[in-house]
Amino acid sequence: MLILECPYCGVKAEETELTPGYEAHLKRFGPGASDEEFEAYMFARKNPKGVHFERWRHVYGCGKWFLAARDTNTLEVFGTYPAQSSAPPAALQDKIKAKRPDWKGYK
Amino acid sequence: MSTRLSKGGRLIDRSASQEFSFNGKKLRGLKGDSLAAALLANDQMLLGRSFKYHRPRGIVAAGPEEPNAIVGLGRDGRFEPNQRVTTTELFDGLEAASQNHWPSLEFDVGVINNSLARFLPGGFYYKTFMWPRAAWKHLFEPIIRRSAGLGKAPTARDADRYEHTYSFCDVLILGGGIAGLQAALVAGASGARVMLLEQAAHWGGRAPVDGDVIEGAPADVWINNAVQTLAALENVTMKLRTMGAGVYDHGYVLAEEKVADTTPGDGRPKKRLWRIRAKQIVTATGAIERPLSFAGNDIPGVMLAGSVREYVVNYAVSPGDRTVVVTNNDDAYRTAIALVQAGLSVPCIIDARSTVTGDLPAKARAMGIRVEAGKAIAKVKGGKRVTGVSLCAQAGQGAVLEEISCDAVAMSGGWSPVVHLWSHCGGKLIWDKTHAHFRPDAARPPTGADGLAMVVPVGNANGMMTAADALVCGAKGGAAAAQAAGFSAEAKAAVADAAPEADMEAVWIMPQGAGDALKAKMWLDYQNDVKVSDVQLAAREGYTSVEHTKRYTTLGMATDQGKLSNINGLAVLADALHEEIPQVGTTTFRPPYAPVTLGALAGESRGDIFQPLRKTPMHAWHEKNHAYFEPVGLWRRPYTFPRPGENHEQAVHREVINTRTNLGLLDASTLGKIVVKGPDAGRFLDMLYTGVMSTLPVGKCRYGLMCNEQGFLSDDGVVARIDEDTWLCHTTSGGADRIHAWMEDWLQCEWWDWQVYTANVTEQLAQVAVVGPNARKVLEKLGGMDVSKETLPFMQWADGTLGGFPARVYRISFSGELSYEVAVPASMGLAFWEALHAAGAEFGAMPYGTEALHIMRAEKGFIMIGDETDGTIIPQDLNLGWAISKKKADYLGKRGQERNYLASPDRWKLAGFETLDGSVIQDGAYIPSAGKNANGQGNTQGRVTSTYHSPTLKKGIAMGLIKGGLDRIGDVVEFTTITGGTVKAKVVDPVFYDKDGEKNNV
Ligand SMILES: [Zn+2]
Repeated sequence: MLILECPYCGVKAEETELTPGYEAHLKRFGPGASDEEFEAYMFARKNPKGVHFERWRHVYGCGKWFLAARDTNTLEVFGTYPAQSSAPPAALQDKIKAKRPDWKGYK
Repeated sequence: MSTRLSKGGRLIDRSASQEFSFNGKKLRGLKGDSLAAALLANDQMLLGRSFKYHRPRGIVAAGPEEPNAIVGLGRDGRFEPNQRVTTTELFDGLEAASQNHWPSLEFDVGVINNSLARFLPGGFYYKTFMWPRAAWKHLFEPIIRRSAGLGKAPTARDADRYEHTYSFCDVLILGGGIAGLQAALVAGASGARVMLLEQAAHWGGRAPVDGDVIEGAPADVWINNAVQTLAALENVTMKLRTMGAGVYDHGYVLAEEKVADTTPGDGRPKKRLWRIRAKQIVTATGAIERPLSFAGNDIPGVMLAGSVREYVVNYAVSPGDRTVVVTNNDDAYRTAIALVQAGLSVPCIIDARSTVTGDLPAKARAMGIRVEAGKAIAKVKGGKRVTGVSLCAQAGQGAVLEEISCDAVAMSGGWSPVVHLWSHCGGKLIWDKTHAHFRPDAARPPTGADGLAMVVPVGNANGMMTAADALVCGAKGGAAAAQAAGFSAEAKAAVADAAPEADMEAVWIMPQGAGDALKAKMWLDYQNDVKVSDVQLAAREGYTSVEHTKRYTTLGMATDQGKLSNINGLAVLADALHEEIPQVGTTTFRPPYAPVTLGALAGESRGDIFQPLRKTPMHAWHEKNHAYFEPVGLWRRPYTFPRPGENHEQAVHREVINTRTNLGLLDASTLGKIVVKGPDAGRFLDMLYTGVMSTLPVGKCRYGLMCNEQGFLSDDGVVARIDEDTWLCHTTSGGADRIHAWMEDWLQCEWWDWQVYTANVTEQLAQVAVVGPNARKVLEKLGGMDVSKETLPFMQWADGTLGGFPARVYRISFSGELSYEVAVPASMGLAFWEALHAAGAEFGAMPYGTEALHIMRAEKGFIMIGDETDGTIIPQDLNLGWAISKKKADYLGKRGQERNYLASPDRWKLAGFETLDGSVIQDGAYIPSAGKNANGQGNTQGRVTSTYHSPTLKKGIAMGLIKGGLDRIGDVVEFTTITGGTVKAKVVDPVFYDKDGEKNNV
């Protein structure tokens, strides 16, 4: 069971306090979007062995959604940040690049 | 025979005799015995039968790796199947019974399977699955069901209790042998918070059994000192009888403590599950000895050499009078020496190595023990007990050189580190050629949240196979773990005398050139009856992956989990594939290390506190009035309120009729109530609902549907506009938390610049549905506000007081009757409910439950989330297109609903159904249609979704989905019945009752 630090309340929350929300930084496609765009939004999920960006909610705590960057293989957590972010913070991206030179970016 | 020796036994108390029973036979053991030791002391070697062939099975080991000696313990509410006698502590009054035999342990008809052995090769299960189904059903399954399988599940309710406990530490050490103790001394001295867990009932592990000498004295002396030193440290917690079961993400560890196993019924929990968070984990889990693969290695009396030694040294129990030792390493010589020192006979040590030189063999020879180098066992003789072995050359094909009579065989194929806990969370292994085993690869450890190693293996578990090396490794590991946890530690180790041991020699089959007849008697997995020949057959049939071979042959499955059979099995596989062992690799080690009782995992979550219950403010009233409850999410809602002499169906029908003719009162407090407020609340709700909520005038109500992004219907309810920037959204009873979370998800993660606040006020309000022709009368009698048709028409709400209660009254109806839903503060819910009953008595007021609610809504053709919907239904399927705005550019689910297959005219749509004979269509019934689909299954054209007997209409009514929907009205179709028949039904309008809504229009 993972431990992730909630960036809002600062609690180091165990997984039982959290609800997973799967992949982060998805772009929503609504009416007018092509089938391909909608399929990508709805169904095509990354499943990397390595760096992954995820949504988590501190549901049995402050109730806030936040985002986490972690390595699905080594379980290393690179950082957590508020859900109100269009992209991972630059400092976090730099940190991941330094630790995982092969990392291709969050998109 | 096996017996108790007159002297020795470091763990037993000869003055404390204890009585126990095995298969009803009264036996005596000693305090400190394991059940295995006590059974052996009574010459009870035969303890069970093997899984497939029902071969006699005796004790092989002395620890959790024991594959055979598995029994049922206790009786009735304290009966536990599948307990290893080797890890069960004896106590006065213990009851044990063998399992997996029929009709008796001594005479087992299942042994007939022996003669069927050639029909039950590796892959047997898989092969029979492909045979004709009838053969499986009538032939194989009955035989297998009766003859195979381990213990029976208990039938009585568990009389014991269990608990969970939580702990946190800097350094968690799993295993209290000398390496674990040494690690604890070093980490404890650093000031780190240390937990030391040992699965057995005593500290020190194997060192005293092996005769190790530490700091110039017998190991016991050092162990006792270490335990006392650690016990005096406040920062160290020590637990015996506590097994580390699994290592999980970020330093999470599960451990199971045996608390009251030997004192049943003393009031304490039987077991305690420890849920531990550790910064660093030290695995000091020791090593497990491997069997050797020779013909007849499964005959009772053939045991692991280290275990034989353990019985002699710890319990003064000799497994046999004449024990042949067979080995490929020096360690087994310790067993021969211990046996001779105990006054027992060792006719021969058979050593597969061609040259035998080490110190231990020299000592054995000096004691006069015959050593045969370069030799092997061709075959063990005996049926239910070993009677002898035939000696042959290891290099040959098994030509017998000599027969040696004996009643026990102590075998050693070398030792494998217990790497399970290291591996659970991703630790990798390397092949150690010297010891022919896998050990932890320090370069590829399990990592924690910081990306650094979180597990440190020490001692035997790290491949350090001598006491001297294990202590040094333990000290280093303890220091490394403490340092990684932020403490400064010094890796100071105790010094053990190190007698040099000669290298072992990997021996996977004995003798090397054994033919098919011998290989078919070489057992790799005693419990699952997997032999050398089975693995070789699997390889010939194309199984090249060790994971596939495991499942195909059942090697290492069930409780073994790779403890005894792993290395030998994959060595045979590697040989058959002409590959090296490291290339073939191991199977995956998964938690738990040894079985954990389900009761311990459940803990206190059982019975009344299995899960938290939600109760409405009126719950106690319902109980007092004999409500029959049903679960709705975590709520308990009255299903009906039966009166004396009524069954549930009669009670429900009375409630429906009374509500439709007089007055019904429903506790609707469970209905979800979410306040949505803010400058952007209207805009937000327009995205959430398929309809338009922003235009709803203050004071009015509107029915709304919510869909997920795929367009499928997810929840429904009535929305009320409270003021300019406030809406109150009703959700289904089961959906309140989910929908509130759904709202927060969109507000926090997608439209975070929108100014909207949500609050789930479900439990702040008690709500009562006041329903029926007399509904207005009772509210008027309570008095305080105008609830007339003119002032409070359908789909409006008003605030006011009723009978002195502050109330919000919604004029909405889920039954078709004149109906008000009245919300009052939760604290006043019960008083208001009672006031309604008192005032309503003269109007025929009766409470009604959820089943009457369901019937009445079905009579009106109202859909129910979860009945008419199942996660694949769009509103259009349910003829709810009117609740979808055509004007809105976007709402959640709109794009999903535009997918072409959701617009297909072939989709099943909602309609009503009435059977021609008035009977009730069965739940789950399908409407078959002609022909077969691509899979050869009968085609279907629809299914029932809600089906009831309508007490109002006095016949069966149903809603369902059918291809063509309402266009099919007038058609007669057939619904399936559970018995294989069909029942004819006419397709009708789903509104069965009061189509024009006149009942409500008053
Ligand atoms: Zn938080």
